[in-house]
Amino acid sequence: MKTVRFKNPTYVGDPINAVRIFNDKEVDELVLLDIEASRRGAGPDFPLLSKISREAFMPMGYGGGVRSLEDARRLFSIGFEKVIINACALERPEFIQQASSACGSQSIVASIDVKKNFWGQGRVYDHVRGRPTSLSPRDFAVRLERLGAGEIALNSVDRDGTMSGYDLDLVRAVCQAVRIPVIAMGGAGRLEDFRDAVRFGGASAVAAGSFFVFHGRHRAVLITYPDKSELKKTLASGGGDQEPGQAGRA
Amino acid sequence: MSVIVVDYGMGNIGSIVNMVRKAGGQAVSASTPGEIEKAEKLILPGVGAFDNGIQNLRAMGLVDVLRRKVIEEETPILGICLGMQLFTKSSEEGSLPGLGWINAKTVRFRFEGENASLRVPHMGWNRIEIARPSPLYRDMFEDPGFYFVHSYHVVCEDRADVLSTTRYGIDFVSSLQKGRLFATQFHPEKSHKFGLKVIENFVGL
Repeated sequence: MKTVRFKNPTYVGDPINAVRIFNDKEVDELVLLDIEASRRGAGPDFPLLSKISREAFMPMGYGGGVRSLEDARRLFSIGFEKVIINACALERPEFIQQASSACGSQSIVASIDVKKNFWGQGRVYDHVRGRPTSLSPRDFAVRLERLGAGEIALNSVDRDGTMSGYDLDLVRAVCQAVRIPVIAMGGAGRLEDFRDAVRFGGASAVAAGSFFVFHGRHRAVLITYPDKSELKKTLASGGGDQEPGQAGRA
Repeated sequence: MSVIVVDYGMGNIGSIVNMVRKAGGQAVSASTPGEIEKAEKLILPGVGAFDNGIQNLRAMGLVDVLRRKVIEEETPILGICLGMQLFTKSSEEGSLPGLGWINAKTVRFRFEGENASLRVPHMGWNRIEIARPSPLYRDMFEDPGFYFVHSYHVVCEDRADVLSTTRYGIDFVSSLQKGRLFATQFHPEKSHKFGLKVIENFVGL
C-alpha cells in the first residue's frame, strides 16, 4: 500500500511478491510498515509477517501496532531485526525505555511523523487520532534518544508520496539535536534526494517508498531499486564516512 | 542433494530453508534424530542465548546424532551465528559447555579506549577479509558484505581454522572451516546475493 500525505492509499501489490522483488534488487534493509494496524487498534499480523520473513533475504524492520514487549520479542523470534515504534512512543514514551532495555537499543527504532501546522511549524503528528500535537519534532527526538531509542525514523507527512524531495530543514533540525542515526523518510523522488538528505540534512540513512514503486506521471506500479553502483556514486558525494543504508518501504 | 536445517527452537529458520532452495538445493527443516540421521548436509542456524541453544539440543536428543554425523561420518555442516558459537568449547554468555567440535571459545566484545564508543551488539553490514582459499567463498563477488547481529564472537586457538576475519574494533573471526565443518558469524540468509553465493557453494560441495 502506498499513500500520499498519509491518505489515498493505493494498493501496489501483494507484500510477499514485493519482498521477492526486493530480494533480487539487493536491498540493504527492508522496512515493513502496517499503516493501519494502530488505527485499527490491532496488533501486528504475525502469521503474515512470519510468511514474509521466510521470503526475505535481507535484514528487516517492522512497524505497526507494536504495543508490548511480547509483540517485540515475537517479531525478533520470527526473524525481524528491528522493531519500529510509532503510536505507542507518542502515547507512552516510557515504552521505548522498556523495549530498549529488554531488547537492546540497536533493535528499537522510534518513529516520528511530522506535519506542518497552520503557521508552517513542523509538529509531531498523531496518525492514530489524525491530528497534530503540540510537540516539536526536535524535542521529541531528543526525549526518545534519552529513553534509549537506537534510531529515529523521521517521516514528513506533508511530503509522503509526493516525490518532491525530503523536508531538509526538518531532517537537519533533528539530526543536529541527536547523536543516534536518523532515517529520513517522506518525499524521495529522485536519486539526488537521497544525497541531499545525507549531505545537507545529515541523515544517516534514507528510506523511500513511492520512488521504488511508482513510475512516470501516471504513477504506474513497477517495483524497482536503483542499481548499486549508481546508488554508491550518488551517495558517495554526500560526505560522511559511513555508507548510508537504504530501505525499501513496501 | 538434501540439506537438513536443524530446527531446535532458536529463531525462524524459514529464510534459510528458502535460500537453500533458491540455491538449487533440497532443503527440509528437521527436529528429530531420525530425520537428522538421513542428512547429506546439515545447517545449524540459531538466534538466541548460548545455554538455551545447548539445552534445546540436549532436550531434543540431538547432540549424539549430530556428533556422529559431523565427527564420524564427516557430513558437511554449516553453523550460522549462534550455530557457529555452539561448535566451540564454551561461551562467556553461558555456563554450559558447547559442542566442543573446534578448538575455540566464545567471548563477549569488550571495547575500551578509542573503541569505547563502539556499540555491542555489532549489528549491520560489514566486510570480511578472507584469510585463505575455501570452497565456501568460491567465485565470490568482489568486496562482499555480510549482515551481522551478535554480541559474542569466536576466538580460535588453531589459527588454521580461521576462514575470514572482520574488523569491528578488533579483528574477529567471521567465518571458520575445519575439514567439512564450516561456520559463519554473519547471516548468509540476510545477506542477499553474497549470502546466496555462500549457500550455493555449501550446497554444491
